[in-house]
Amino acid sequence: MNANLINSAYLLAAVLFILGLKGLTSPRTAVRGNFLGALGMLLAVVATLVDRQIVSYELIVLGVAIGTVIGAIWAIKVQMTAMPQLVAAFNGFGGGASALVAGAAAMMPGAITGVPEIQVYVSSALSALIGSATLSGSLVAWAKLQGVLHWQPRGALLRFVSGGSVSAAIVFGTYYAIEPEAVWVFGALCAAALVYGLFLTVAVGGADMPVIIALLNSCSGLAAAATGFVLGNSVLIISGSLVGASGFILTQIMCKAMNRSLWDVLRGDLGEAAASASKEDLYTGRVKSTSPEEAALLFETARIVTIVPGYGMAVAQAQHAVRDLANLLESRGTEVRYAIHPVAGRMPGHMNVLLAEADVPYDRLYDMDTANPTFAETDVAIILGANDVVNPAARDEPGSPIFGMPILDVDKSQVVVVVKRSLSPGFAGIPNMLFTRDNTLMLFADAKKALQDLNREIRDI
Amino acid sequence: MEAFLISVTVFVLAVFVGFEIITKIPSTLHTPLMSGSNAISGIAIVGALVAAGGAGHEVAKYLGFGAVVLATVNVVGGFLITNRMLAMFRRKK
Repeated sequence: MNANLINSAYLLAAVLFILGLKGLTSPRTAVRGNFLGALGMLLAVVATLVDRQIVSYELIVLGVAIGTVIGAIWAIKVQMTAMPQLVAAFNGFGGGASALVAGAAAMMPGAITGVPEIQVYVSSALSALIGSATLSGSLVAWAKLQGVLHWQPRGALLRFVSGGSVSAAIVFGTYYAIEPEAVWVFGALCAAALVYGLFLTVAVGGADMPVIIALLNSCSGLAAAATGFVLGNSVLIISGSLVGASGFILTQIMCKAMNRSLWDVLRGDLGEAAASASKEDLYTGRVKSTSPEEAALLFETARIVTIVPGYGMAVAQAQHAVRDLANLLESRGTEVRYAIHPVAGRMPGHMNVLLAEADVPYDRLYDMDTANPTFAETDVAIILGANDVVNPAARDEPGSPIFGMPILDVDKSQVVVVVKRSLSPGFAGIPNMLFTRDNTLMLFADAKKALQDLNREIRDI
Repeated sequence: MEAFLISVTVFVLAVFVGFEIITKIPSTLHTPLMSGSNAISGIAIVGALVAAGGAGHEVAKYLGFGAVVLATVNVVGGFLITNRMLAMFRRKK
């Protein structure tokens, strides 16, 4: 088919991607945005398939069939609580696909016409580097979120291996760009990049996951853009850079919400000031615990209740019990709000997805800046498995390792009920003096169990 | 060199477009934006199709085949899961 026609189809696809992404930034247009993106993809695929460069369809049909079955089943069956793993895995597949295409291009030097040779080689190397690192990094993130990998190395060895592997990858990449006939160098480049991605993510702790997932999202786009340079294909360059930019914006939002630089997150560092005083001394005699019966009385008289969900809600799959509590309170005339910290959970927007699954209307979800001024008028704030993001030390103690991190000011509520399994510290490994405040009551239990008990008690009143 | 500069121009402008259209994003849409944009990054499927179906090197065809599988999972799964999430957000008004 006429090359101009195909390129026009690619241009139209790129326009659809831009409109699609734009649509995804507003709740009213998001569904249409996603549809436009899918339409653009279909158009790009069809235009490629009718291209005369393609001579045999067997492998294509087989590959598309396998991929469609896996992708569709996975996306339809996955539990909403497993969403962070899914997003991580899909980021990796995108990066992996880009690296493989670069590999295919490396196998047949000179086959790509219309692109300067040096551009093919340099961008193949870049695509292999970014794509392979995205693949292995995402798979590690998947394994950590899935709970099958707990290893979290730190310190000198980690720095040595990740520094060494990325240096090796750059050396191999440069060598390959000069000597593109040496296919083994390309393989070595991919291997080094895979090791780099692995060690880049393995150091990242649970609470930092939102940052790393957003970053991998960005990298999957950059890998596609690099592949676009290999093939001289504008639609790949455009869509890849759009995704790279949007992932980067999310990465920045997440870093800002933790008051940490990307560099600190990648090193897995959080300062060494933690664990100075033992928590027994800090907490002994100063923590008041409560029971579901007692807490039910508090909710009974409250006019405004603010629910603060954290990773503990996700682990306990307590989102439906949360919604039941809200329904119950609302039926008694209480106003219920949800305050969501940007990095609560394991990926950007994690809490929003879970609460949406439980049918919580999204206009009840307050983001941090909207929620904070409302705590002063809140009668009861109930914290569900969130810890560092409500730690007043971040606001009040300049010596604290998390000082400066924006937090939810839950301590300004009349009463704070903290649902938590124990007094163990959160990811930052530091004690939370919120638990010792006069207006704080601890309800020691799994979030789901605690809420079910609480709901029963409120009904019985 | 000319072709290279055109590609770089396209790249730089597209990055700016990306930053411009996603300046303000409500946190409710963080996850759908990630999964939706990730599905778009599956555009590598275009290169994968050419590699898998092209008249080239045998090994290149199999690498292309692997890329087709990965990119298709990415594209199909990505758009479907985004749609599923957005349907949850939309249900109640």
